[in-house]
Amino acid sequence: MNKKRIGVYVCHCGTNIAGVVDVENVAKWALEELGEEGVVVSKDNKFMCSSVGQELIQTDIEEQGLNRVVVAACSPHLHEKTFRTASERAGLNPYLCEMASIREQVSWVHTDKAIATQKAKAMVAGAVRRVAQHEPLEPIHVPINEATLVVGGGIAGIQAALEIANAGHPVYLVEREPSIGGHMAQFDKTFPTLDCAACILTPRMSEVGMHPKIDLMTWSEVENVDGYVGNFNVRIRKKSRFINLADCNGCGICEQKCPVKIVDKNFEAGIGYRKAIYRPFDQAIPNYPVLDQPNCTYFIKGTCKACEKFCPTGAINFEKEDELVNVEVGNIILATGYDLYDTKKIPQYGFGRLPNVFSSLEFERMCNAAGPTSGEIVLRDGVTKPKSVGIVHCAGSRDLNHNNYCSSICCMQSLKFAHLVHERTGATIYNFYIDMRTPGKDYDEFYQRVLEEKTFFIRGKVSEISDAARNEEEEGKLVVQVEDTLLGEQRRIPLDMVILSAALVPKADSGDVAKQFGISCSSNGWFSEKHPKLDPISTMTEGIFIAGCATGPKDIPASVSQGSAAAARVISYIETGVLALEPIRATVSEENCSGCRICNDLCPYNAIVFHDETMVSEINHALCQGCGTCVAACPAGAISGTGFSNEQILAQVKGLLMLDFAEPELEKVP
Amino acid sequence: MKYNYYPGCSLERNAHSYHDSAMAVGTKLGIEFVEVEDWNCCGATEYMSIDKISAFTLSGRNLALAYEQKENGDLVAPCSLCLLNLQKSDHHMQESQELANNVNTSLAEGGLSYKPGSVQSKHLLDVFAKDIDENEIVEKVEKFLYGLKIAPYYGCLSSRPGFDGRENFDFPLRLDNLISLLGADVVDFPLKTHCCGGHMTQISEPTALELIRRLLKNAVDNHADMIVTICPMCQLNLDAYQDSVNKYFKTDFNIPVLYFTQIMGVAFGFEPKEMGIWQEFVNAKEVLAKILDEPPKVPKEKRASKTALPMAKV
Repeated sequence: MNKKRIGVYVCHCGTNIAGVVDVENVAKWALEELGEEGVVVSKDNKFMCSSVGQELIQTDIEEQGLNRVVVAACSPHLHEKTFRTASERAGLNPYLCEMASIREQVSWVHTDKAIATQKAKAMVAGAVRRVAQHEPLEPIHVPINEATLVVGGGIAGIQAALEIANAGHPVYLVEREPSIGGHMAQFDKTFPTLDCAACILTPRMSEVGMHPKIDLMTWSEVENVDGYVGNFNVRIRKKSRFINLADCNGCGICEQKCPVKIVDKNFEAGIGYRKAIYRPFDQAIPNYPVLDQPNCTYFIKGTCKACEKFCPTGAINFEKEDELVNVEVGNIILATGYDLYDTKKIPQYGFGRLPNVFSSLEFERMCNAAGPTSGEIVLRDGVTKPKSVGIVHCAGSRDLNHNNYCSSICCMQSLKFAHLVHERTGATIYNFYIDMRTPGKDYDEFYQRVLEEKTFFIRGKVSEISDAARNEEEEGKLVVQVEDTLLGEQRRIPLDMVILSAALVPKADSGDVAKQFGISCSSNGWFSEKHPKLDPISTMTEGIFIAGCATGPKDIPASVSQGSAAAARVISYIETGVLALEPIRATVSEENCSGCRICNDLCPYNAIVFHDETMVSEINHALCQGCGTCVAACPAGAISGTGFSNEQILAQVKGLLMLDFAEPELEKVP
Repeated sequence: MKYNYYPGCSLERNAHSYHDSAMAVGTKLGIEFVEVEDWNCCGATEYMSIDKISAFTLSGRNLALAYEQKENGDLVAPCSLCLLNLQKSDHHMQESQELANNVNTSLAEGGLSYKPGSVQSKHLLDVFAKDIDENEIVEKVEKFLYGLKIAPYYGCLSSRPGFDGRENFDFPLRLDNLISLLGADVVDFPLKTHCCGGHMTQISEPTALELIRRLLKNAVDNHADMIVTICPMCQLNLDAYQDSVNKYFKTDFNIPVLYFTQIMGVAFGFEPKEMGIWQEFVNAKEVLAKILDEPPKVPKEKRASKTALPMAKV
């Protein structure tokens, strides 16, 4: 390209930048001092991202013949695309436009105006020198496989799978448990409308089960993920159910005849039993049972086989082994859900020591008509109806000793519990809360309704639940000790039963899952979004989307919305057929590669392959995310990063060092 | 292993059995406790509310003295109140330069000075329950305390406010673990961090007696043979005032209250007398005679009733 003609545009961002940086001074300085670097135009504007600002760039490219653009404004995360597109509209290759972040890296982090202005100039100088070294780049195009993998068959995963399948695209839905349905299938009622959870969920479940476009794999887990957006290769382990599925008609006789009865810690949350061959619940999809090998008498002692003897279709197969399936998909949606916080970790609340302290999931199962008590609300003895019930909010949430976040659903869940207890037992009910949080459609109305049912609300964090009675009244009761912060008094409330609204926590293996799919987790362990507000269902890894509680606690409507949103994004990718990827990629120069393979294991995206024949490494441009790790690590200097070449980085550093910070020209900014 | 040791006034008088047993058990585990030269009273609870600067100076002096012999290691206090005062003084001196200056002005009169945060202090329990490896404790056991049901009593001062970031202060477990290592059974003791009444026995005896009653009742309700404490104040109140509680409330509590180092000593093969046992008001003889040679058989857990719902167990 002939002589560099660079345009510099400095943004005020209202007062965001101009409040701290002397923007006009920066623009003037750039034109005066950076002329040798090729700056021919330098302007400031109140909002560069406005259409006026963008037109300014376009006009100058067209009229002044600019062949490079620098915009000194916010972080490139926000507006790089805006300005690159504006440049492109005027016929300039978008990668010849560079941003200098003088808001996030200057005005928002400095208070001294003189120094901030000085630093802004350095940032601009760096960007100018860098952009002079830029080359025009073209995006990489990858084809998108039409099939999608959805991991997790709770309500979020079900919703996502149905949306995509209904649009006519194939879906593989993988669920770890024997049936889809997730936590929602365990619930009795859903707030605030009190719809029966099963009544609204099971139609969706059977739709999934029968959908011609959905390949449902329950009792299965993803073992390995290879590939990149548009072209993932996934290995799935279908764990053996010890049933020949083709022969099983789901009659349930095996379950009836099995002599082994064990506590069901999963679906029944530990307060009910199941057999060693079982379906978690009657409406399970699929309707085949699973044989629980570690607890099966035949596998332990070598005899029994009661299920086999009584099975009318001869479907039991003790020899059946796990099956491995490979599928190719273009996109992946992770909807892996949450775990309930183990309230045994809050020993002063007595769960696991005091029989009549229940966890929220235990109580959900107890309320459920299909649960262990057929919906009767009773004490641990299984018969006595409680006359007084306490519901403790924030058990493990909003507590620095446990989880510092709000679990978001517990207030409404606790109100629902209060209503159900009131309706079914007429017991006196106490809600112990720190703050009531009912932000949602018809949520606060539900709170009002529960208030009118004469439920007591005590504002204060419960300090202790014990059976240590101080007087006659407390004898034989659970005593909740709490500071009533509205009354300013310590109170002791003797109760028959206490329910702990436990926190929601990331799945125990969420870290491993994140690693397997190449995405990241927040410090709390929830999957991280690409952008928490504007792109909550994408991840930093192209082609991997997240939905539901795997990204943080949320209620059913929010989970369903995310399932649909993730599906919509996937469908748009599929419909486009081809995806344009950023051309910021690393490339190995074959002549310089010594074949040491140091880069191979360092790549966080598994994008580097080693060719045994030629003894050189090669980078897959669809997988590469342009992070630059390999570029820095290569001892031979054989790898260069597009858009981050040594020349470009060094030029930027030289620019940054143009100004002498030791003795800044401390002219006071008015 | 070596520590600086600040016994505090109680351990010279009513709690000397705590001191003797701690030294014996420590020696057996190869721990050397070097007494802080010329230490003074910590000021107990009262002084803090009467004159803060003087109170902080009392503990500041002990810290300054401990710093002078810092080569012996961390500072260990067997008394929860002494420890709390040491940590409280150090904490507030670190938070407030003004307080640190005032305290140091006073200390200068005696030719001393203390830089806040320069001495690490800890409870004697933490030496045995944390610093020493579990296996070392078990190796030293000559007579496991099989069949003995013990209520682990931490008291309030060792639990809160937790200046040293100690374990779950609402429901600590380190004493429970230590007792289990000795072969004894730990009973559920929900009031393990509740107050024994402290000096309330001198101010409002009925209040103190009620607090003591609750603790004794809770231990007995949970079938404890014995209460084990880590604080001289707790031991004194629960033991010496048990008789008063019985008279006042017409109860018949008769539960011995020993220091954790005393039962460690018994398990390590010392004679009870060497551990200062038999000096307590409620005699522990009968209870110690209950110790079995073999671990008791744990009955197979039965379902409470046909209808009962299963329950997750801690």
